[in-house]
Amino acid sequence: MKYIEEFRNPVLIKKIIKKTNKMLEDYGKPIQLMEVCGTHTVAISRSGLRKLFHPLKLLSGPGCPVCVTPNHYMDKAIAYSRRKEVIITTFGDMMRVPGSTSSLERERAEGRDVRVVYSALDALQVARDNPGKKVIFLGVGFETTTPTVALTIKIAKRENLKNFFVYSGHKLIPPAMEALLEDSEVSIDGFICPGHVSTIIGSLPYEFIPHRYNIPCVITGFEPLDVAEGIAMLVEQIVNGKKPAVQIQYARSVKREGNKKAVSIMQEVFSVEQSNWRGVGTIPLSGLKIGEEYSRFDSERNIQVEVEPTKENQACICGDILRGVKSPPDCKLFRRGCTPEQPVGACMVSSEGTCAAYFKYEG
Amino acid sequence: MCLAVPMKVIRVEKDEGLVELGGVRRKVNMGLLDDIKVGEYVIVHAGFAIQKMEEKEAEETLSIFREMEA
Ligand code: SF4
Repeated sequence: MKYIEEFRNPVLIKKIIKKTNKMLEDYGKPIQLMEVCGTHTVAISRSGLRKLFHPLKLLSGPGCPVCVTPNHYMDKAIAYSRRKEVIITTFGDMMRVPGSTSSLERERAEGRDVRVVYSALDALQVARDNPGKKVIFLGVGFETTTPTVALTIKIAKRENLKNFFVYSGHKLIPPAMEALLEDSEVSIDGFICPGHVSTIIGSLPYEFIPHRYNIPCVITGFEPLDVAEGIAMLVEQIVNGKKPAVQIQYARSVKREGNKKAVSIMQEVFSVEQSNWRGVGTIPLSGLKIGEEYSRFDSERNIQVEVEPTKENQACICGDILRGVKSPPDCKLFRRGCTPEQPVGACMVSSEGTCAAYFKYEG
Repeated sequence: MCLAVPMKVIRVEKDEGLVELGGVRRKVNMGLLDDIKVGEYVIVHAGFAIQKMEEKEAEETLSIFREMEA
């Protein structure tokens, strides 16, 4: 598989680790880096890289879209699913996320029409095939996914589909990074920036981080060699003490200006608003709602439902884990009471959740 | 959820593309990109090609790695 296997060479990974550990040793102070992408969390856990660099701590941030989706969103999706005329279409990871009192999986078992799709385009097909139903797609995801949903909405408009709706819970990554930097409990020396979010938005939207906060960023790919190299580049920036910058390790996919066409489609369909993140709270200008021009595809403006009052599970510390303040082993329920088979919190449900990644790979 | 993989373009027709990885072929929407040609690689996510993969940059990164190996 071209451009995949070449980036998995274990001999080179060892060399990079050795070189980086030497730099870290000479530097003497422990360093904390944060990855803000669930795909990185899994890549790092699976490859064992979290334990191989020292003294260095790799924290996982709010990079799993399903995990940062708050209970209220789930509750509303569940309320929609209980309407007879509605078909819910969703990415599979959302099925088992617990809301306040139920989950989509449980609702499906009770006979509601909830369907897992691989692409927003599949949801559109469900709408074409079921003209008598209202088909709602649960729009969850960061800048990687949002343009695909935006384009799907444009196609629905072109076809004049009247029964396709999106319930947007889309979120933007750079404002969440800013919120973490403003959080006095969180301490970060460098960011491993998400490769595919950046494929869309480019490197410019991160530049405020080195400028205002003096913290380096490296946009990193997902193969083990990419991640090791990304960490090495960050450590190099930190130890050399020069003015930090945004660097691109994942140059085969990320351009400084990103994918302008995708960004403009996203901006055409969505408008920026505040958004509520599990664990982090409300962050200004960090969410995307469907804009005026496409309002007839917005489930929230077109289909009214009563939503139950939000309840949080008090024992779950998912919120602190998403901020990088705690790790899964700090949770009393981790492995005891909370497992991927019997998840208590969202971070254990999603395959990209930090708790699930630790459970599977970091025993 | 931001998982995306490089796949080789086998056919393009307007916004529809056929791509391949390891012998598996799949239809993808190409509407987020302009001017993609057969034989190029694209990064595929959730049924869409989201970016062209730059072979020149890929080779450059690999050649830096190869130098380290030597
Ligand atoms: S282990 Fe389970 S209960 Fe504990 S923080 Fe993770 S998801 Fe929540």
